[in-house]
Amino acid sequence: MSSYWECLRAIVAREWLRFVQQRSRFLSALVRPLLWLVVFAAGFRAALGIAIIEPYETYITYETWIVPGLACMILLFNGMQGSLSMVYDREMGSMRVLLTSPLPRSFLLASKLLATALISLLQVYAFLFIAWLYGVQPPAIGLLTALPALLLVALLLSALGLLLSNGIRQLENFAGVMNFVIFPMFFLSSALYPLWKMREASEWLFWICSFNPFTYAVELVRYALYERLNAVALTVCLSLTLLFSLLAVLSFNPQNAALRRAT
Amino acid sequence: MTALAIEQIAFSYGERQALQDISFRTAAGRFTALLGPNGAGKSTLIALLTRLYDLQHGDIQVAGFSLRSQPREALRRLGVVFQQSTLDLDLSVEQNLRYHAALHGMPRKVAHDRIEQELDRQQLSERRKTKVRELNGGHRRRVEIARALLHKPSLLLLDEASAGLDPASRQGLNDHVRALCREQGMSVIWTTHLFDEVKDDDHLIILNRGNLVAQGRADALSETDGSLQETFARLTLHPVPA
Repeated sequence: MSSYWECLRAIVAREWLRFVQQRSRFLSALVRPLLWLVVFAAGFRAALGIAIIEPYETYITYETWIVPGLACMILLFNGMQGSLSMVYDREMGSMRVLLTSPLPRSFLLASKLLATALISLLQVYAFLFIAWLYGVQPPAIGLLTALPALLLVALLLSALGLLLSNGIRQLENFAGVMNFVIFPMFFLSSALYPLWKMREASEWLFWICSFNPFTYAVELVRYALYERLNAVALTVCLSLTLLFSLLAVLSFNPQNAALRRAT
Repeated sequence: MTALAIEQIAFSYGERQALQDISFRTAAGRFTALLGPNGAGKSTLIALLTRLYDLQHGDIQVAGFSLRSQPREALRRLGVVFQQSTLDLDLSVEQNLRYHAALHGMPRKVAHDRIEQELDRQQLSERRKTKVRELNGGHRRRVEIARALLHKPSLLLLDEASAGLDPASRQGLNDHVRALCREQGMSVIWTTHLFDEVKDDDHLIILNRGNLVAQGRADALSETDGSLQETFARLTLHPVPA
């Protein structure tokens, strides 16, 4: 058991060290959602009023509405970026060192997912702190109750990123896929506007948003920030995390990538 | 005792057969050179040994443990230095070694002691805090050797480890690994396409186009032709540069 623990600890430590080395990555992870919060939300504040809707008990500002979505945006980018680093490791050869470990591959991958998720959480809380200073202040205890929700969402999005990276040949291709996945997921969700508003504008867009896993991720975090549980969102997020993780582990085969390059 | 047993290995990339019915054994404590031109199948064999590729036919045993049925036990006994550097450039020498020790499930105290020993043996103690990015090629190779030896493997596999080094560094690395083999009784597989890295008393295996064309003591194999280069040219039909 101790060998597994040491391995998990080392993988998390390595991700932390690499993260600390790349301060620009931390800053860009914060600048992105802050731009949305400060610039985009300010501009749309007058145009987009949010009627009273669960879990909120009063009228809220537009900034309050989009904070959970922006927190999940950080997790989405980091989840994809974590998998980008897996593709990079595969290309650069450092993946081969991982493969010579006597510990099971499934455990190594799960450790990598958890490490990516934990690093993401640090960035999310840094963002929530800045948002707090800006005036978006959920209940203080909500920042604690949101932790398991944020961790689950981080794992979900990391597992999705890993699953996508298993089918990608080259680094350059994965960067393109990232954009193809991230922006539709974000815009076609409840991150920027309530779904009932989307339905007023377009029925088919509403249904696309309703089937988007990111919608449930955002709603899970939104409710948790206000000490509430969205059971549907939890069920969807938990199920998809397990499904994506299982598929990612089963489809992980560095041989396929190496063989594609060799032929 | 047999350090490595390759039994009837065959591997194909779709229609292209990369390895055909390869079988050989290397004795414990021996320095074995695996020689072959580009495309001989050396890299494929290494990929099978290091589990990058799954075995299609045959079996590989490391210190008696099968890669098919007992992969964890086999990998515990295998240390690898890859042709392409696999060190984390943004981490220090010590951080790279600690990470690798943990990947092998070594307890922290044991890892600490082993890292100290290997840093001392590879003469890298003063560079422990240096980022790998700041090291020259020769030093990076030494870090990779230190890393490969951390878990005390019984077989050390070096895949064209001298690639990219200047002649003096290449010779130094070769001598250094041979000293490890002699002093610690470690088995070494050294893959190369350079003749000057093979010595007369090495156990030599020559691959060509996926086939094992010769194996035995290097001096015995080259006795008829007068030099290893001539023997190689005859067996592989690859003309040796003048």
